[in-house]
Amino acid sequence: MTVLSVENISKKYILNSKGKSNDDLRDTITGWSKKLLNPGSPDQVKQDFWALKDIYFEVKQGDRLGLVGANGAGKSTLLKILSQITEPTTGSIKIRGRMASLLEVGTGFHPELTGRENIFLNGAILGMKKSEINRHFDAIVDFAGIEKFIDTPVKRYSSGMYVRLGFAIAAHLEPEILVVDEVLAVGDADFQKKSKDVSNSGRTLLFVSHNLTAVQGLCNKGVYLRSGELIKNGPIDEVITEYVKNVSKFQLEQVWTDPNPAPGNDFVKIKSIRLVPDESHTRPNLDTSTPLRLELEYWNFVDNAELNVSVFLYSMTGECIFNIGDEAQIYGKGIIKSVCKIPGDFLNDGSYYISVMIVRDRLAPVYFFEDAIAFDIIDYREGTEWVGKWPGAIRPKMIQVKSWQTELS
Amino acid sequence: MNSRVRVITNKKTISEYIAEIWDYNELFWILAKRDIIVKYKQAVLGVGWAAIRPLITTLVMALAFGRLGRLGMNTSIPYMLIVSVGVTVWLYFSQSLTTISTSLVLNSNLVTKVYFPRLIIPLSSIFIGLVDVVVSLAVFAGLCIFYQFLPDWKIIFIPLILILTFLASFGVGLIAAVLNVKYRDIGQLISFVVQFGTFLSPVAYLTDAYKDASNGDLLYNLALLNPVTGCIDAMRWAMLGDFAPFNWYSFIPLVVFILVTFFYSIWFFRKHEDTFVDHI
Repeated sequence: MTVLSVENISKKYILNSKGKSNDDLRDTITGWSKKLLNPGSPDQVKQDFWALKDIYFEVKQGDRLGLVGANGAGKSTLLKILSQITEPTTGSIKIRGRMASLLEVGTGFHPELTGRENIFLNGAILGMKKSEINRHFDAIVDFAGIEKFIDTPVKRYSSGMYVRLGFAIAAHLEPEILVVDEVLAVGDADFQKKSKDVSNSGRTLLFVSHNLTAVQGLCNKGVYLRSGELIKNGPIDEVITEYVKNVSKFQLEQVWTDPNPAPGNDFVKIKSIRLVPDESHTRPNLDTSTPLRLELEYWNFVDNAELNVSVFLYSMTGECIFNIGDEAQIYGKGIIKSVCKIPGDFLNDGSYYISVMIVRDRLAPVYFFEDAIAFDIIDYREGTEWVGKWPGAIRPKMIQVKSWQTELS
Repeated sequence: MNSRVRVITNKKTISEYIAEIWDYNELFWILAKRDIIVKYKQAVLGVGWAAIRPLITTLVMALAFGRLGRLGMNTSIPYMLIVSVGVTVWLYFSQSLTTISTSLVLNSNLVTKVYFPRLIIPLSSIFIGLVDVVVSLAVFAGLCIFYQFLPDWKIIFIPLILILTFLASFGVGLIAAVLNVKYRDIGQLISFVVQFGTFLSPVAYLTDAYKDASNGDLLYNLALLNPVTGCIDAMRWAMLGDFAPFNWYSFIPLVVFILVTFFYSIWFFRKHEDTFVDHI
């Protein structure tokens, strides 16, 4: 049964160019008077911007649909249309059953009202009937763990209690279609449990993310948007392969043939940096088992410089996974090449980025080339039945757990 | 299980629009309740404030206009009663106007996060001023006992006139609310209008007082264009027994004003409601 059908949805925004916004009354009025005094003068040029163009897809009951795409691809716009915050310019959407979005956790809580009053307020905002809220009231309070504070104004709640209460209400809404934005999903154990419940109970899940790991772990179908257009719609693996092929290109390599525009300074300039899979690797995407090679070339403009290179690898959340450098050596003017090998079965699946620093005399940074490379590692598993998100910033196979029987009874 | 099919599109018919508002009637009640609870919470006097305001306003107005302005010399009933009715209507009108015009901006967290028919927000403002109305009527009743004055059967029209008063504030308030989303200047403007309206509307004097001024007829006709004049005249007719005759000259402009602003404002609201989220 089709529970959600999106039919030729487009959304147009009108942009005012020349940096003119008519967001305050004065500008609007001066705009009118200018038009009155000088009717022939060209109006400010208005540009149409299509945030979504002819999006068409269907979701069947029980599907877990992952919506992927880079920032600005139109994911949030589509979400806003689905949750009816804005209307589509053309097209229509048919929804069977109740849809709830976890974007809305804690929405409409009023700080002066007590927890009890806010449960009814928030429930009504999310579309629950009073009888329904009454039925779930104890479960909500229990889930949120705020029995003692139920008659305290929520402005005195800790932020944790606040979020828990909001989540508890949303969780008891029992929607047929649940829409989840990754912002909330990251690291929320309650949420992950809830999402599993949803998919197990045959309900429909719409998951919006650019975190491929999470999408892959959770969804069976996918939709890939790029600059407002639907690029691919189908089984999640195909969609992700398509997406990875698209996003990874421009960040895996940066090359300058001429030193002048190249990043750097009077001492050194970057010539090229690239991240390539080792020759032995044959699958199309970078996955967790792929050995990687980082190659850096830079111009050195100072004779007799004692230089070394320092490589920083960061996780998507900005944590530094490692920082390693080479031995300092004396170099002459010219081009210097450095290579860093990252073994396969070392990184976990997820997004990473790399910065490179060139250091003089073993202590003074000469140039810090930030965010030089960005890449996604996708999941690759053998010999395990488990498909959930593999925890950890890295997944090194070189560290092993050995077990043996020490006693028979 | 709710297996009704919902269609999201930009072409919604009027009946679908109204049906949807009806669907959300529970939210309407809960928002109205929230506004009232929040207004009087954490104030030591709580609802006491609702009692103090009409009382003090009536006293001050009666003192300023009746005694100092010497308007209260020749009336056949105590001047306080006349002022009390004016204050009842005016407080309700001005509070509704202020609440409606700021309602969308104050609820921006709802507007940008969840869907429900937006019209619910300004509509739910109908009750916030009613607390004051109830207290004002109690004050009026107290004055009636004090002055040994007995209103006649016409008081059954009070609820109807209150609805007219709300509708009179609704049209202007709704347009202001929409504009306020984009231009916050409107909020300032409304507080100005309320401040001057207290004196330009016949709150603390009779509408006929305009006739006594120089250029009296012109001023009187201008005053008839003010919708609050119509509301106050009608309320004085209903509450003050035989004292005030029914004034068709102010009532008809009021009805025309309500019809025009009500439908125009809803059309205006409907036209802009999809873009609130882009400007708020």
